[in-house]
Amino acid sequence: MSTLRFTKDHEWVRFDGTVATIGITEHAQTALGDVVFVELPEPGRELVDGEACAVVESVKAASDVYAPVAGRVTEANAALAEDPALVNRSAEDEGWFFRMIPADPKAIEALMDADGYAALVATL
Amino acid sequence: MTQDDASLIPTPLDALHRALGARMVGFAGYAMPVQYPAGILAEHRHCRTAAALFDVSHMGQALLHGAGADAALERLVPGDMLGLRPGRQRYTLLMHEAGGILDDIMVSRLEDGRLFLVLNASRKAADLAHIGAALPADVRLEPLPERALLAVQGPAAATVMARLAPAVAALGFMAVAEASIAGTACLISRSGYTGEDGFELSIPAEAAGRVARALLDQPELAPAGLGARDSLRLEAGLCLYGADIDETTNPVEAGLTWVLGKRRRMAWDFPGAPAVRAALEDGPARRRVGLRPDGRAPARAGTAIIGRGGETVGEVTSGGFSPTLNVPIAMGYVRADQAADGTALALRVRGADLPARIAPLPFVPHRYVR
Repeated sequence: MSTLRFTKDHEWVRFDGTVATIGITEHAQTALGDVVFVELPEPGRELVDGEACAVVESVKAASDVYAPVAGRVTEANAALAEDPALVNRSAEDEGWFFRMIPADPKAIEALMDADGYAALVATL
Repeated sequence: MTQDDASLIPTPLDALHRALGARMVGFAGYAMPVQYPAGILAEHRHCRTAAALFDVSHMGQALLHGAGADAALERLVPGDMLGLRPGRQRYTLLMHEAGGILDDIMVSRLEDGRLFLVLNASRKAADLAHIGAALPADVRLEPLPERALLAVQGPAAATVMARLAPAVAALGFMAVAEASIAGTACLISRSGYTGEDGFELSIPAEAAGRVARALLDQPELAPAGLGARDSLRLEAGLCLYGADIDETTNPVEAGLTWVLGKRRRMAWDFPGAPAVRAALEDGPARRRVGLRPDGRAPARAGTAIIGRGGETVGEVTSGGFSPTLNVPIAMGYVRADQAADGTALALRVRGADLPARIAPLPFVPHRYVR
């Protein structure tokens, strides 16, 4: 059973108890429009909570993606290098950005749940 | 989001944009569609393969009345306005005394002799003041804030226009004529800002919605927003005022020497002529060039261009992604000795020096009508 959480910066985090997978939300991909390039953190990189650690570029502009919690990157989604539009087609599944081992799993629990995030999006 | 910013001026097609599901943004004080639900890539590709309709009503339109209008305008621009024949349009520059560019504009001579001007949205207030201040008593400047401007661009543009206004399809490139569409008298030029064949239509604001709907009823045509307009003009190597040219760039370094009229560059009688002449005779210190990053990361405006020795040799002024070529592209200025096609450089993106090469402009060949 995995835990799904969200940040105010429109990242999602799916945590299986050991590894957290991070991506941008469906709302974020819609707002960005056509994604043409994604820059991802190298495996092994230690991330501070809230650190800008990835970049997603649409035709129009570049946007930062932030580490939802502190931890160590274990994997970046290689499929996005070849097919950045995967972020538009499958933002919350195949279009994941990177995986990490969180320094403190409880920090993930503290993020917004789906209802909390839906409420946030409703105010935008 | 600036979608509901009440301080923004709506264009005459505001309701149509919203009905079409456009995402509205603020641009030069106007609420403009940046994209429709199809998205920038699809809108861009539709323009290159069929035809797209753009609302560019934010741009300034004006008429110059009076027999001396052409001579008066020549005192502000380096182009040959006296030699502009009725029914013809010309691209020219409002020049700064120091050789910089105040705006790039389109000038058409109508059959009755009046000059019709199209100005950049961000510059129109300054342009109108500048032009108005330079006119003799017998020449009158009439701003046309109550007119909309639409662009129909793409390889199917002529087919679409021939159906609605048959006479217009016979216009040559950079020709203008009046024609009726959907019962409305429009001023139509065969020109645009995409590199494709196409038309721009000046229309009374109150009829703009009717004309736009008549156009969108044509199966070849889909609406496109400012996002696609920007990526199309970048592929076509066309300058954006405020990004690629401004008061600090001269026409020679910008690669716009062709706008200098033959007679004007004998007489050197336009504002900024000494600086332009010096740039021509000595060669400019920097040149506007195309840039092709080797990798996939786009380099945006403001990106430093780095030479082989690690020194900064220029700056990107427009940069993004080419939907046609499916690679990142950019334009910028580099030191003249680095401007040859194929020169290897680097673009400093987020602290990393990414390899790139100088590339010929345009990135995508122009397909203007012959």
